[in-house]
Amino acid sequence: MKTPAVKLATPHTAAIAARNSADVQLRGSWSLTWARLRRDPASLASIAAIVLIAAFALAAPLIASWTGHGPTEQFRETGLSPAGIPVGPSAEFLLGTDQLGRDVLVRLAYGAQVSLLVGVVASLVASAIGVVIGVVAGFFGGWIDTVLSRTTDLVMSVPFLLCAIALVAVLGPSLPLSIAVIVFFSWTGLARVIRGQVIALRHREFVEAARSLGASRTSIMFRDILPNLVVPIIVYTTLMIPSAIVFEATLSFLGLGIVPPTPSWGNMLADAANGSLYLLAWWMVVVPGLALLALTLAFNLLGDGLRDALDPSASKGGKGA
Amino acid sequence: MTRYILSRVGFGLLVLFLLSVFVFVLFYVSPSDPARIIAGDKATEELMAQIRVKLGLDQPIHVQYLNFVGNLLRGDLGYSYRSSLPVSELLFSRIPVTMSLVFGAVVLWLAIGIPIGISSAKHPGSLRDRLGQGFAIVGISFPTFVLGMMALYLLYFLPSKAGVNLFPPGGYVPFAQDPIGWAWHLVLPWITLALVVAAVYARLTRGQMLEVLGQDYIRTARAKGLGERRITYRHAFRSAMPPLVTQLGIDIGLMLGGVIVIEQVFGLLGVGSLAVTSVSMQDRPVIIAIVLLGGLFVVVANLVVDLCYALLDSRVRTAAR
Repeated sequence: MKTPAVKLATPHTAAIAARNSADVQLRGSWSLTWARLRRDPASLASIAAIVLIAAFALAAPLIASWTGHGPTEQFRETGLSPAGIPVGPSAEFLLGTDQLGRDVLVRLAYGAQVSLLVGVVASLVASAIGVVIGVVAGFFGGWIDTVLSRTTDLVMSVPFLLCAIALVAVLGPSLPLSIAVIVFFSWTGLARVIRGQVIALRHREFVEAARSLGASRTSIMFRDILPNLVVPIIVYTTLMIPSAIVFEATLSFLGLGIVPPTPSWGNMLADAANGSLYLLAWWMVVVPGLALLALTLAFNLLGDGLRDALDPSASKGGKGA
Repeated sequence: MTRYILSRVGFGLLVLFLLSVFVFVLFYVSPSDPARIIAGDKATEELMAQIRVKLGLDQPIHVQYLNFVGNLLRGDLGYSYRSSLPVSELLFSRIPVTMSLVFGAVVLWLAIGIPIGISSAKHPGSLRDRLGQGFAIVGISFPTFVLGMMALYLLYFLPSKAGVNLFPPGGYVPFAQDPIGWAWHLVLPWITLALVVAAVYARLTRGQMLEVLGQDYIRTARAKGLGERRITYRHAFRSAMPPLVTQLGIDIGLMLGGVIVIEQVFGLLGVGSLAVTSVSMQDRPVIIAIVLLGGLFVVVANLVVDLCYALLDSRVRTAAR
């Protein structure tokens, strides 16, 4: 895209444009973001970690066939000591076995699928709901805003873990229910942020301009206002993923998430905690525990890195806001 | 001012009302039959019908709900289906444990999080700041139950295997009976909970302090020749406090749900572990009581925060008029 000269309206901006080399102007904001992200070692490491864990999750069937151990297959002869204690990491079981003689490595890979699936799907759905509610509340104002904001407050002032376990206890644990519960309690933060931003944008000139050109409300909301909210949406959604992953692991840990014997990191940790078995078999808590920590840490670091890269003014105390 | 408080109280009551309807309807549609739970598997149809009449389960749902609320207002929470004990008695036997856990953890997380946040903000970009930020992001990413199990393994199991009795494996000693034993038994759960939450406070304090320290009146205070210590704590920290108070209200309110996992890991018989056992045994009156108690916790904590704001900040008082 060629930059029209009219844009350089004042001598001041012209000077700035001249100082920055021409290629800066030609680069879109996405490539600038990527350039900033690439300079941040923490973000790069976290992207690498996420890619590795995702590859590990996708490779779960390969790992199972390579080791020859299924995720729910029990090796009571080779995987348990004569006293029935799980065996530690060895050539046969690289990350040890659990209380039923199942291969921890294979279960870890299948568990990664669950964590990533739940974390990403729940966050995407929750963020879509949060965005729609926030935009509608902020844009329309009046009684619609009152109702939606109060509803948001209401969901926020519910003891979510207690309600979640009551709900799951009655309806019976399952993957879709876990996702639904996580979505239900996760959209509120983003809705609040978006509402605030929309209220700030609603009376800006470009919205007035769109309105005077005869644009419909829907068109203004989604074509004029929404693109300005990309930064908070991306950052918040990224930061929602680790909380969703921990939420799922917590539900599974309490026996209210993924139904055994399907492996998830949460129920692997529950197996470890059951009867304090991990005191004898440390790998049962260290392996899924560190995997969980690595994944949440990676997403949290990436979220922070994205925020700095997408909105440099916020982190360097510039003229933002 | 009065109107502001009344509207907040009204909102709190609305939350509790909706919460009670939610749990009530939830268990009404539940496939499990309370009469079957009480009478056991071998009960005859007549016996079960008798039990239903006795519990009022033969009446339409709105009548059941009104009876339930009526009893609730008279302080009667009903009887546990499993142990036949009054629910209030069950709760009161568990509350001291949970309260002790929350109390110590709150003190500890404020004592850890706020100084880290302040010292980070005083020297942004320094090594100290980086360490503080690193602590914060790891803490935010750490699932409490993983940290708890690791703490037990490293600080209880390994030392005791080596013959050193550093910490007990969990359990609870009442404060009145043995204050030192009380603290000694709770140290590990306190630290576990506090480290995770302190991370949030470290970040929040840092952000707030950075903002405040950049303002003109701080420069004025410096120009007047005030000591750095006095500026940090008297001038800056005081204006950085309101968001921390809000966050503290939210966190303390949600703690009743938040401690569930910690109580499980450390074998503390508090409200959280009561919730988990009641859920697995489908003990409806106990679950309802705990969820409502959790809601009450949140509502009261939010109310206290709102009141603090109204008393401290004249803008809130006038805005509500």
